[in-house]
Amino acid sequence: MTGIESGAAGFGQGGNALGRDNYLNHERGIKSWLLTRDHKRIGVMYLVVILSSFFLGGIFAELIRTKLLTPGNSALMKADTYNQMFTLHGAIMIFLFVIPGIPASLGNFVLPLMLGAKDVAFPRLNLASFYLWVGGALLALGSMVTGAVDTGWTFYTPYSTTTNTNVIMMVAGIFVLGFSSIFTGLNFVVTIHKLRPAGMTWFRMPLFLWGIYGTAIIQIMATPVLGITLLLLIAERALGIGIFDPALGGDPVLFQHFFWFYSHPAVYIMILPAMGVISELVSVFSRKHIFGYSFIAMSSIAIAVLSFLVWGHHMFVAGQSTLSSMIFSFLTFMVAIPSAVKVFNWLATMYKGSIWLATPMLYVLSFLFLFGIGGLTGLFLGALAVDVHLHDTYFVVAHFHYVMFGGTVIAFLGGLHYWWPKMFGRMYSEFWGRIGALLVFVGFNTTFFTQFVMGSHGAPRRSYHYQPQFEAYHRLSTIGAYILGVGFVVIAVYLIHSLLRGRPAPANPWGGATLEWQTSSPPPHDNFESTPAVGDPYDVEAWTWDGAVGGFVRRAPAGQPAGS
Amino acid sequence: MNLGRDFVDRLFTWAGVQAAGGFWMPEQGSTGAAAVDHLFSFILWVSAFFFLLIVTLMIVFVVRYRRRPGRMEAERGPAHNTPLEITWTVIPIAIVIGIFIWGFKVYLDVNTPPANSYEVLVTGQKWKWLFTYPNGHVDENLHVPVDTPIRLVMTSEDVIHGFYVPAFRLKRDVVPGRYVKVWFRAVNPGEYQIYCTQYCGTGHSDMWAKVIVHEPGGFERWLDEAGNFMKTMPPAQAGELLYRTRGCAQCHSVNGSGGTGPTWKGLFASHVPIEGGRVMVADEDYLRTCILDPTKNVPVGFQPVMPTFKGRLKDDEITAIIEYIKTLK
Repeated sequence: MTGIESGAAGFGQGGNALGRDNYLNHERGIKSWLLTRDHKRIGVMYLVVILSSFFLGGIFAELIRTKLLTPGNSALMKADTYNQMFTLHGAIMIFLFVIPGIPASLGNFVLPLMLGAKDVAFPRLNLASFYLWVGGALLALGSMVTGAVDTGWTFYTPYSTTTNTNVIMMVAGIFVLGFSSIFTGLNFVVTIHKLRPAGMTWFRMPLFLWGIYGTAIIQIMATPVLGITLLLLIAERALGIGIFDPALGGDPVLFQHFFWFYSHPAVYIMILPAMGVISELVSVFSRKHIFGYSFIAMSSIAIAVLSFLVWGHHMFVAGQSTLSSMIFSFLTFMVAIPSAVKVFNWLATMYKGSIWLATPMLYVLSFLFLFGIGGLTGLFLGALAVDVHLHDTYFVVAHFHYVMFGGTVIAFLGGLHYWWPKMFGRMYSEFWGRIGALLVFVGFNTTFFTQFVMGSHGAPRRSYHYQPQFEAYHRLSTIGAYILGVGFVVIAVYLIHSLLRGRPAPANPWGGATLEWQTSSPPPHDNFESTPAVGDPYDVEAWTWDGAVGGFVRRAPAGQPAGS
Repeated sequence: MNLGRDFVDRLFTWAGVQAAGGFWMPEQGSTGAAAVDHLFSFILWVSAFFFLLIVTLMIVFVVRYRRRPGRMEAERGPAHNTPLEITWTVIPIAIVIGIFIWGFKVYLDVNTPPANSYEVLVTGQKWKWLFTYPNGHVDENLHVPVDTPIRLVMTSEDVIHGFYVPAFRLKRDVVPGRYVKVWFRAVNPGEYQIYCTQYCGTGHSDMWAKVIVHEPGGFERWLDEAGNFMKTMPPAQAGELLYRTRGCAQCHSVNGSGGTGPTWKGLFASHVPIEGGRVMVADEDYLRTCILDPTKNVPVGFQPVMPTFKGRLKDDEITAIIEYIKTLK
């Protein structure tokens, strides 16, 4: 075999670097982390805080589901506490976890590596963005102590301007988090425009970067609208300026327009990076070139553009005009198309591949199954007459969990397992990895498929009390939530265990052809010892397993440019 | 022809959509429900087809092309195929446009009330529904005659509520400061659940009421009787009904707990300290003045925020309310 050996010079420096100088041990001490401008360390810090938020939001979810075991009053919590719990669950999961999730943690770590660059375009801005996240999170969570918000994560007026909980503090926190999001987006856009290496044209860029790029555009363009809306809400609450409250001469539905003008595109902030992750994984684990690169790339951009034009489908029953509803319904159906195209392209990538059912690939299969259901149930909600019946019921709750959890969180887990060896230089237990993926899949479907049925029978969401006819569904759903919880405990345990005891990871454990696999695991402080050669990011067939290295090595002789 | 109809009916049944309620949908209580359910089943079948297509292909590919000794490499194949990709872009577009048109058509049908519908005013407030009939009667449940178009004119007194009757496939947000109108025609006598679907605070999930659909002729009888409750009920009982339906309950409790206004428990014949240093006995005359001229004798510790009920309550109604307060010891 004539490939690149671990630690050898050339374009494919590699091997395991745990015993050598790497970004984790390049500098030591807490200060070297807190003041770092290294995108990899910032990515890891984001990973820690984002997963902590996920844990907290998950605790709230389990408490909510436990209350819902019975239809009446519960010793566990009163109605007001329940209302605060589902608000916090939603706000934490959306603003602290899913929106920043993939871009800020995995994206931060991988983006410059995929470009063969040393760092993002603005490393200081990147650190500032992290601290804005921390500040915003502290403000938002601080509201838990000073009067936990009970408005739902959507803050609909005039309820949010009249309730006596600490809406201002929560909303101010989300305002700050918005700037964190804008800074990250700006940084990524500039990085992708300016730091692509020679030879990496737009259409030779990994699809994960197309996903991140589409996301960054939405972050920059939509988040300011949320910021302004939240400021207006604060102005109304604090100063009594009548904008949304009809008692002060305002229009409550105006708030919904403003809010969803951001929050619908935000759904695509959540899903586009996830689709990018799946595009990488499906090619690598099918050992085959991605099918229909340009359709996938263009569909990311189509989704980013269309995402701005569909916010009105959140208001089909809020009293907007029939004409508006008609237009929004039509555009909503159109935004489904690029997602469908991607799914077909991923399936075509698997066709005649050599499908390797490693843990990340299990998450890809899980994603196709769950996102399939999430996307198709969107057809029910896009159709005006059917939406009227299903709006604000558990059907909607199930739908968006299938998209956000079944889509984004599953892809996040897939990406985390895929890049974990690169990030920390250790392999996790493949056996437990598969068990974890299976538990999450089973637990998730048990929890949320039940809610489709309950919702189409008319069970309203956000309800502390419910009709006895729904008790059986609620019980099943709660059992699912417990299975899901066990799945996440398993994942947390083996991942932490791998940090301490895991087998040292090779440079390229999965046979990926993107540039991050051409440096050591974990990478050195400056990412690459020498400039990696840019090739076709999906030429995975050029990499072959080498038992001596314990990872993949390139077939082509060293020094020969990678072909495409 | 008959066979075709039979088959379509079976498709609905398998889709869990039946007039009496099935796996997916509740019973159909209104003329609009069946139309909505037909579209629901159509989308369900389209979704099931694509879902099974995706999952079947996925499973077949995983089984056939699983990485194993002898199959460590993928087969060589094209990295794209433009005609194929255009095909799987255009077919879904055609299908969703079909669903869109169907959905919009049914939406228009169920949103256009026929002329001369019977009108009921609906008020949402934290946390109950009130229904006002043309003769001025206010009720906590929505009574309607069967097979008659009913037009609801809805508004909210505080925050946004959502008026929802699952059996009628009918839902609309009830927004303060606006009047929203919906209509329906109930097809079977019986009771149907009403929910609030727009989150509105502590009692959101208790904002339940019933639609009571009367047999032909039954509604008129009910309305006459209900509108006459002042004559048929004992005064204290009538007073309790007025307490619940005329807005007293929003500020005055009857169990001693606090509120915007004083509790009615133990109020009658008690000594009430008045702003300005006086103390008054809460007898019939005092209570009557409080209802008609609320800012005249404001008890200590309360704001003068109660609106006058002059013209809104008749004399016999005021008497009934006072009789009710007397019973709250």
